[in-house]
Amino acid sequence: MKNQILLVLLVLGACSVQAQPTATAIIAGVEKNMRSRTRIFESEMVVHGRRSSRTMVSKSYGEGDQKSFTEYLSPAREAGTKMLKLEKQLWIYAPGTDRTIQISGHMLRQSVMGSDLSYEDMMEDRALTDIYDVKLLGEETLESRKVYVLELNARVDDIAYARRKMWIDAARLVPLKEELYARGGQLLKRTTLSEVQQVQGRWFPMKVVYKDMLKDGQGTEFRIRSIRFDQDIPAHIFSKAALKQ
Amino acid sequence: MMRFLITGILRDKNRSVLPATVIAIGVMLTVLFSAWFKGVFTDMIDVNANFSSGHNRVMTRAYAENESQRPNDLAILGVDTLLSSLHAQFPDMAWVPRIHFGGILDVPDARGETRGQGIAVGQAIDFFSDGTREPERMNIPGSIVMGALPRQSGDALVSHDFAERFGLKPGDAVTLFGSTMEGGMSFSNFTISGTVRFGMQAMDRGAILIDLSDARAALDMEDAAGEILGFLNTGKYDEARALSVKEAFNQQYASSNDEFAPVMQRLNDQNSLEEYLAISRYFSGVMVLVLVLALSIVLWNTGLIGGLRRYNEFGIRLAMGEDKGHVFRSLLQEALVIGLMGSVVGTLVGLAGAWYLETYGINLGSAVQGGSMMMPEVFRASISPLNYWIGFIPGVFSVLFGNALAGIGIFRRSTATLFKELSV
Repeated sequence: MKNQILLVLLVLGACSVQAQPTATAIIAGVEKNMRSRTRIFESEMVVHGRRSSRTMVSKSYGEGDQKSFTEYLSPAREAGTKMLKLEKQLWIYAPGTDRTIQISGHMLRQSVMGSDLSYEDMMEDRALTDIYDVKLLGEETLESRKVYVLELNARVDDIAYARRKMWIDAARLVPLKEELYARGGQLLKRTTLSEVQQVQGRWFPMKVVYKDMLKDGQGTEFRIRSIRFDQDIPAHIFSKAALKQ
Repeated sequence: MMRFLITGILRDKNRSVLPATVIAIGVMLTVLFSAWFKGVFTDMIDVNANFSSGHNRVMTRAYAENESQRPNDLAILGVDTLLSSLHAQFPDMAWVPRIHFGGILDVPDARGETRGQGIAVGQAIDFFSDGTREPERMNIPGSIVMGALPRQSGDALVSHDFAERFGLKPGDAVTLFGSTMEGGMSFSNFTISGTVRFGMQAMDRGAILIDLSDARAALDMEDAAGEILGFLNTGKYDEARALSVKEAFNQQYASSNDEFAPVMQRLNDQNSLEEYLAISRYFSGVMVLVLVLALSIVLWNTGLIGGLRRYNEFGIRLAMGEDKGHVFRSLLQEALVIGLMGSVVGTLVGLAGAWYLETYGINLGSAVQGGSMMMPEVFRASISPLNYWIGFIPGVFSVLFGNALAGIGIFRRSTATLFKELSV
């Protein structure tokens, strides 16, 4: 009898741990889904303007949080434009001018191709647990799904957003919504993630809508057409020489 | 009689020197400030008109709402058709499309990689059309420090300060990195044809001036322009004409709900210029009024002192049978002569000072930057026919007014007690 009571208590304890995991455990689960050693993906970005919308297709290669390479495939005006990120440096190559331009300083805060994304947004790929302290605020329901609400406060200075609020799908450990705040508390951006699919055994959102809260408009849709994780990528892809090839 | 009075004034220095000096100083200030402020306001209006707002300006409604951002994605489309319509409807004005743009001006090294870069504040104007007056309108030929105006597609003028910072000279290449009208990336190589310095910090930090056709190619703005500026053919801003043009144009689109329908503004509507125009309109009148009052008080006091000093003289004249009104009128005639003398001297000195300020100006660059208006750094006076006579109003009226007030005492003198007073 005593053993049975102990067993019930243990099961109840385990259940309560499962129902309310720690913030660190949640964010670790998210990182496991969202981050990878390498990734190769083809995506389309739809930028909604007041007069018309534009769709840009690109192919990207990424390795860890230090290296990425993107080539724009369409439309014709942007086709052949390439971007290379190595650690904290970003270069853009424009075939029409045969120039490699380094983007730095406050230019990194500028919009990429008129979208709601900045170069800084594109460059930030560090593990969240490396740069934020995470706190679990509670549970909510979002889009009929149970979500954990996390608050992340920056513990480093070189960061675009001092505070983040994330709504994490409790079952799949994938963010469904995120709000990004400035140091002064102003809401700068809101992202909505959807079309969560299983890719190579992990849950991954295939569509993200970015909304710059300081701009009018409908936001920018970023949709992944195809993605592969943990593929071997030739080292020369992440070199400045690759920009002109 | 007048000759007698003038002789008296000239011989009695005590009667003339102080009032004439006070009047001359007041008149000099009137003339000098009148010319100075006219010059300053005229310069401000011209600079804003030529660089930014025209005498009238056409934009889309959406562009006008966000005008400070110069949003080329909201630019006017079908510019050629609209220009034809404007030329036909308002032939007394020159209509010119312009494109403002921003971005990064990137300086390449020998391998074509970034050697340096700075923020670019760009403007595209018509450099190449036959008979274009745009370069002269913006005083570009007079602002060139090195090199020459753009002569062919791909040429650009950059600010001299930017060129100095990166050791650039005519013939060197720069790349403009910005956004197309649709928001895409825009990269365009340009060859520096020359460097310019306008004397306005807003333009001199990182200006790049290119031809309209190059901007349209770079920013994907074929048959589009951010703004169409209208300039009255007289070259001078006429508020009433600008208003009638604006109202006639906007009336055509009054019933449209299209946020991209064109809308016209006149210079007054832009960059808080209405207030400055109002100040410039009334400034001379207000200044004359203030000086008349201030000088009158001073000269009233001077007249009172003179009246006291000439107490005995007036008493003797009255005792000898001179009419009180005659004494008073002769006092005013003396005042008129002194006022004219002081006004002539003050006007000449004021005009000399105004000429100096018109020729050399005063550099107030550090004090006037940061506002929404474009400001020249060197402010100059502007001598106009008004300056030749405006000083005579305070000069003559104040001394007449001051002496009239002081002379009232003459009528209070009692002839019955005059001999008693004079015998003392």
